[in-house]
Amino acid sequence: MATYSTNEFKSGIKVMLEGDPCSILENEYVKPGKGQAFNRVKLRNLKTGRVWERTFKSGDSLDGADVMEAEMEYLYNDGEFYHFMKTDGSFEQFAASENLVADAKEWLREQDKFQVILWNDQPISIAAPNFVELEVVRCDPGLKGDTATGASKPATLSSGAVVRVPLFVNEGDVLRVDTRNKEYVNRVR
Amino acid sequence: MKGMCCGSTRGTRNTSTGFADIDTPSSPPSWRPTADVAALIARGQLLADIREFFRRLDVLEVQTPVLMPDTVSEPMIDSIAVLGGGWLQTSPEYAMKRLLAAGAPAIYQLGPVFRAGERGRWHNPEFTLLEWYRPGFDDQQLMQELSSLVDTLLGAAPYRQVRYGDLVARDLSGDAADLSYAQACAALPGRCFVTHFPRSQAALARLHADGETAARFELIVAGVEIANGYHENGDATQLRERFIADNVRRRALDKTEINPDEAFLSANAHGIPSCAGVAVGVDRLLMLQQSNRHIHEVLAFPALD
Repeated sequence: MATYSTNEFKSGIKVMLEGDPCSILENEYVKPGKGQAFNRVKLRNLKTGRVWERTFKSGDSLDGADVMEAEMEYLYNDGEFYHFMKTDGSFEQFAASENLVADAKEWLREQDKFQVILWNDQPISIAAPNFVELEVVRCDPGLKGDTATGASKPATLSSGAVVRVPLFVNEGDVLRVDTRNKEYVNRVR
Repeated sequence: MKGMCCGSTRGTRNTSTGFADIDTPSSPPSWRPTADVAALIARGQLLADIREFFRRLDVLEVQTPVLMPDTVSEPMIDSIAVLGGGWLQTSPEYAMKRLLAAGAPAIYQLGPVFRAGERGRWHNPEFTLLEWYRPGFDDQQLMQELSSLVDTLLGAAPYRQVRYGDLVARDLSGDAADLSYAQACAALPGRCFVTHFPRSQAALARLHADGETAARFELIVAGVEIANGYHENGDATQLRERFIADNVRRRALDKTEINPDEAFLSANAHGIPSCAGVAVGVDRLLMLQQSNRHIHEVLAFPALD
């Protein structure tokens, strides 16, 4: 695996830090006029999602991390593992544990596609797309004509997620939802 | 018919400057400056204001070469060697001191300097330095004059003084001290002079009466290093020892050794009048004045990766 020197640290570069794969977010060069130069670096730990800030001496280097992102289709849950398959035509399958899918779990619907981060060929993070379109399987009946009051009610979607929706929404409607803040965007049909 | 392809968008007026501008919203072609026209105008005005400031004070503008046979030995400053011989200067200090030794009055210089590998939000390998020397001044008098220049360019504001020892723990040295200092400076609000640097960090400054701290100062504005100045040390023997010590350090760091600048040492041996001098980062002043986020916004053509 390649190593990266501080002057090659750019947003998106994947490196190993303290045993975990990280993605570089920001790199600021700091140098007192007559002193040692440093790089103040922000990195996202790809396993935990946490942002780390570290200072390196300029010229120091880190090992690259064997990290790749792949689009995968969610297949099924066997009771213990969640199974995904690459969409690149390789049909390669990966099993992810419950805590790995934690954030994406309520958006999992069979045959939907997810962004999976692989480290040394093992999934370490699974992210739902920013927007999904899901059917309403349970909610109170819709109120005709009420499109403007801003009032809302809970609706359960086919993936299991519960989101606040406008009063006119009915069971069977397909909604576009922003998974980042669990907000209703619009009714697709 | 060169140029016809972009004829359809030519002539769009940039209303803020009145300059004709070509409207290309996505991925500008590489010939374009990274500074916009307003920034070019602000730079021109800033340079004019600096020259006017020194004209009023009767300080003489001088020009010394950008390319000279010798360069600084500072271990943490990397000079750029020129194919065919010589070095791009990292500061006009040695040359200007030779002018002082030859009897020049108060002098200033405004021009490009070069430091290899320095790139970042506040750094470009080539930048504009203002440097001036005041025979008869000490560090406190020069800080006063620098404050009045900065007030002229950025608007008046109060100045504080803190000692280096108040920012960096006494038991730190080397890289740890540099890092601690850089972090402390970044957190300094307003305009602040850092004074009383440890003697180990003040190559060319006189020592204070305590024998431990040196008459070196830095001006930090909004957390950014703007200027570095000294009540100058003209002791040729001490300066030669400094060259030797720097080269010991350079060897340890696996860096090229730098030949002592004999012309500079001879000028000191001949005698440089008691004086204070300071170097000011002009691009950074412009960034602060114009509220820019990155040095590329004030440079026509920065050194890109």
